[in-house]
Amino acid sequence: MIPPQFEYYAPSSVDEAVALLRRFDGEAKVLAGGHSLIPLMKLRLAEPKALVDINRIPNLAYLREEDGYLRIGATTRTGDLLDSALLRKSYPILTDAAQEIADPLVRNLGTVGGNVCHGDPGNDLPACILALGAVLAVTGPTGPREIPAAEFYRDTFVTALEPTEILTEVRIPKARSHQGNAYQKIEKRVGDFAIAGAAANLVVDGAGRIETAGLALTGVGPTVVPATAAAAALVGEVLSETHLANAARLAEAATDPSGDLRGPVAYKRAMAGVLVRRALERALARAKGGS
Amino acid sequence: MATSARPVAPAASLTSAGGPTSRIQVTVNGRSVVAEVEPRTLLVHFLREVLGLTGTHIGCDTSHCGACTVHLDGKPVKSCTVLAVQVSGREVRTVEGLEVDGKLSPVQEAFVEAHGLQCGFCTPGMMMTATALLARNPNPTDAETRDAIRGNLCRCTGYVNIVKAIQLAGKKMQSASSAPGGKP
Amino acid sequence: MSAQVPSVKGGIGQSILRKEDGRFVRGKGSYIDDFKLPGMLYLDIARSPYAHAKITAIRTDKALKVPGVLAVITGKDLEAAGLAWMPTLMSDKQMVLPTDTVMYQAQEVVGVVADSRYAAADGAAAVEVDYEPLPVVTDPFKAIAPGAPVIRTDRKEASNHIWHWETGDRAGTDRAFAAAPVSVAQDLYIPRIHVSSMETCGCIAQMDPVSGRFTIWMTTQAPHAIRTVFALVTGLPEQNIRVISPDIGGGFGGKVPVYPGYVLASVASIKTGRPVKWIEDRSENLQADSFARDYHIHAEVAAERDGTVTALRVKTLADHGYTDAAANPSKFPAGLFHIITGSYPFAQAFVEVDAAYTNKPPGGIAYRCSFRVTEAVYTIERMMDILAHRLRVDPAELRLKNFIPPEAFPYRSALGWTYDSGNYGAALAKAMEIIDYAGLRREQAEKRRKGELMGIGISSFTEIVGAGPSATFDILGIKMFDSAEVRIHPTGKVLARFGTKSQGQGHETTYAQILAEELGIPADDIRVEEGDTDTAPYGLGTYASRSTPTAGAAAAIAARKIREKGRRIAAHLLEVSPDDVEWKDFAFRVKGVPTKSKTMQEVAFAAYTNHPPGVEAGLEAVDYYDPPNMTYPFGSYICVVDIDKETGQVKVRRFVAVDDCGTIINPMIVDGQIHGGLTMGFAPALLEEIQYDENGNIHGGSFMDYLVPTAVETPNWETAKTVTPSPHHPLGAKGVGESATVGAPPAIVNAVVDALQPYGVEHIDIPIHPWKVWQILHAKGAPTP
Repeated sequence: MIPPQFEYYAPSSVDEAVALLRRFDGEAKVLAGGHSLIPLMKLRLAEPKALVDINRIPNLAYLREEDGYLRIGATTRTGDLLDSALLRKSYPILTDAAQEIADPLVRNLGTVGGNVCHGDPGNDLPACILALGAVLAVTGPTGPREIPAAEFYRDTFVTALEPTEILTEVRIPKARSHQGNAYQKIEKRVGDFAIAGAAANLVVDGAGRIETAGLALTGVGPTVVPATAAAAALVGEVLSETHLANAARLAEAATDPSGDLRGPVAYKRAMAGVLVRRALERALARAKGGS
Repeated sequence: MATSARPVAPAASLTSAGGPTSRIQVTVNGRSVVAEVEPRTLLVHFLREVLGLTGTHIGCDTSHCGACTVHLDGKPVKSCTVLAVQVSGREVRTVEGLEVDGKLSPVQEAFVEAHGLQCGFCTPGMMMTATALLARNPNPTDAETRDAIRGNLCRCTGYVNIVKAIQLAGKKMQSASSAPGGKP
Repeated sequence: MSAQVPSVKGGIGQSILRKEDGRFVRGKGSYIDDFKLPGMLYLDIARSPYAHAKITAIRTDKALKVPGVLAVITGKDLEAAGLAWMPTLMSDKQMVLPTDTVMYQAQEVVGVVADSRYAAADGAAAVEVDYEPLPVVTDPFKAIAPGAPVIRTDRKEASNHIWHWETGDRAGTDRAFAAAPVSVAQDLYIPRIHVSSMETCGCIAQMDPVSGRFTIWMTTQAPHAIRTVFALVTGLPEQNIRVISPDIGGGFGGKVPVYPGYVLASVASIKTGRPVKWIEDRSENLQADSFARDYHIHAEVAAERDGTVTALRVKTLADHGYTDAAANPSKFPAGLFHIITGSYPFAQAFVEVDAAYTNKPPGGIAYRCSFRVTEAVYTIERMMDILAHRLRVDPAELRLKNFIPPEAFPYRSALGWTYDSGNYGAALAKAMEIIDYAGLRREQAEKRRKGELMGIGISSFTEIVGAGPSATFDILGIKMFDSAEVRIHPTGKVLARFGTKSQGQGHETTYAQILAEELGIPADDIRVEEGDTDTAPYGLGTYASRSTPTAGAAAAIAARKIREKGRRIAAHLLEVSPDDVEWKDFAFRVKGVPTKSKTMQEVAFAAYTNHPPGVEAGLEAVDYYDPPNMTYPFGSYICVVDIDKETGQVKVRRFVAVDDCGTIINPMIVDGQIHGGLTMGFAPALLEEIQYDENGNIHGGSFMDYLVPTAVETPNWETAKTVTPSPHHPLGAKGVGESATVGAPPAIVNAVVDALQPYGVEHIDIPIHPWKVWQILHAKGAPTP
């Protein structure tokens, strides 16, 4: 399988990259890790006129806490998430998710930005950043802007990112004390797309009451599914079996899966419920200081 | 260098299709190589067809099987899903770079001794992943080893002896480094 | 001499390291895509997006304008040369390229030849074809129903029914069922799967226009048979055809057939006068190369009230795709499916198979198994569990009660096979002991009380391999012998060539070990070659676990022929009569004076420097071995699974495999074969399947969706052996490459069904996806935590 011809550019700044995207007016694609794009091109399902390789732009791969946010640069490799002691301690949901992404070889090239921007409902990071209430920093011809993750995903492979814009940074509110989060996923075989996945983020108060809750689901809709009602129902509660069951039920109701090789609709929907409950249990344990 | 924002002027093409090419410089198994390639040239084809390093294999095209695994700046990656232009200025190591001064690497030795291969097709990629794993963790558990090679498919061995071979290689590396005169 | 048992370095029974590994671990293997010939061109293929359609126009002008593209080949071009169709091994025919109608999605339509791989791909992408879709039939039951659209309008018969085949005593079996106090019946579907060797298929064809010499390097498991087929199909003189099978990156049966790509590359080379390379990509491999299985089985077992089985009745519909291109011995359209009575002494059995055309790619090849033996073993081992379940007896107990007893061998089955040797009870007892069967059943009872799902599954399989005796086994009339040619050089070093072809099995090592044992020459001094029809003796190739049973036997017999000649040379050297010389403890020894001896190396030197009068110089022999019977490897596998009640996910906790392949030549290699075989049994049980929708669109046509197991879910296989030699094989060996693929699936399915026994489940079709288990649990009521 051979990709069709294209022009290749490796700009050295975000502005230069944006100018290239603008020049090709939607017919150029950003090349980050390439692990979704290059296979699509080899299958000749994508035939961009040009590739804009952002891997040589300096200072786009980083991961640090600064100014109230965990900031992750767009070309940070998903494998770097797994290696981060900071994430394991304060944002374990991202460690959970990174471990689920494809395989270690793919993670050495696949980027956080690519996983977030591709718009495939099977990607693992979108549910996590939704649950965490992240904001996406993008730069376009008119300069930088921020898009809340909750407003980013429109449809399968369709996001709020304009064809002339580049994601530069994922901004996740800095972890608080008594915050816990987790990502749970089931798949037919490791590295396969999710049957379903669930991301949960909780902050509890001293009495064990839920202060804030974020929930989102992988693989059970045309795009990542926010389980907003399920999360809202948890706030102010000390979680009991009833609350967990209720959250699972509300999360299931939010799904819109399609039946495929990974399972029929009813199964995927039920799995969303099962995984929400499991993710909540683990997030709660972590919020209370467990692992 | 390929960092220019303009395509390099067309030069002698490696393929017949006559598209524009870029000049790349890559260090492969310690040797610097300069070549003109079409931007769409996949790293695996560059290694196999241009440099004649046919130990890196192609098993699937969709980055699922890992037969094409090479090291890029020390990390294992799937060379069927990397463009040759992307690796300009960087270091690539292939299976042909494992043997040093006529001596097999501990991983190569262990794959033979533990019967970690049968048809040999997945073996180079598997050994590249194993080599990278052991550089980080010379004493991996069964679970760690299996997880590390989950992106490398093998159809012959059922993985049992591959896991053994990797762990054996780790032991060889540790005893070599603790032996008098061995590397720290 | 010491009291040690005499042995030769690298002889039979030793786990010597493999001779082939040196090149493989250095990345110096020579697989087909590693070859580059001067002036070589590349072939790429444009394929059909439709499963059934009329071709109304093919436009190649844009393709021909792609820089580097030199030629295109269409079905009409081939038709003019009489090559649009080619024969299959099963007296059917298949298209090289269609002239007017495509019959499956991804079928080859136009070949594009270019001076680079990239240009060929661009050319194939630029081919334009107009199609007029035709009604699609993907369900074989619908295909043979009245009124179904006929797929193969080229045949006289206006029907999608290909053939009916039956064996056994129908009336006797019906009577046994009528009289039986107990009977069970079950529909079982074994879906279409794909071998997915890590290396895809490919070739380089080279026609030398001057000499008329045609050479093809190709990924084939049977180079000699291919040469003859090429000669018969093309009319090229056979002495001018050379087939070279280089290092093969896994075969498993998928590299037995002749695919259109091979023929197209050959035609392209003839057309251009230059070597032409064709290498499949993975999607082409999965979507268009021959598939395995696709058997719809209805099976019934009759028994006495005490569980003694009495009769077996099986009716099967086989989905062959658009042509019957199965790779079976010619007289066996359903392969050796009638080994289906398995390890049990059924007094009566009747099996019938009907074959149907559908709009799918052709095949019916093996997936690491002797012809349709997996289908047979799966059926009988599932049915034994269903019977045990119905009778509420332990499945181990039911098997132990019914096994053909060791003293009954050679045993003639109701369907006509003569099993060579077996001790089934010993293998099962050993597996039960290793895994602590009684302890597991206690644990299971405890877990059931707690509402947890744990299952234990057994499979006690009997294989039939080593095809085969010439009376019944042939491919296109060529008898299924195999061969060895052994030559000892003056310095006592050996070159041996074989008609088989290793694809990872380690022939270079095991054949050397057989010869080491038989010749008293260290295995290190023995070089084994295969895969070049110009040099190797004729043989039918490697598949169906036949290499050790046939070519391995030929090696032993050829070596013994050499010993016979060597005895006369040794007698000359020892100045005694040949009758006074015997081969003992790896040397020629004077009877009664064992210290007076000559080694094979000494004899070899003399064969070229001092051969006795009346004896030809040189020391070599050839043997074409026609096996007197098939071999019947067997074993018992026990699998333990845990099931997540909420998600339906199945985890194999333990899997113990006790195999009996007769004499073991290299224990390390045998274990490796079993590990790999088990994994290829695990895969279709839980993961792999190729499906088609009603429009004939393939699902599972790339590694994105076709889920080959990774190291993570593959169990840590535990293996053990019993050794019951084959009485008719010169070494007592039976073959082992496929036993585990054949034996493993029912053990896994039986374990899952066993776990679900509290829910009254009798069967789940493979692959057992989590959603199938969940649906059962869901239908039976919400899981109780």
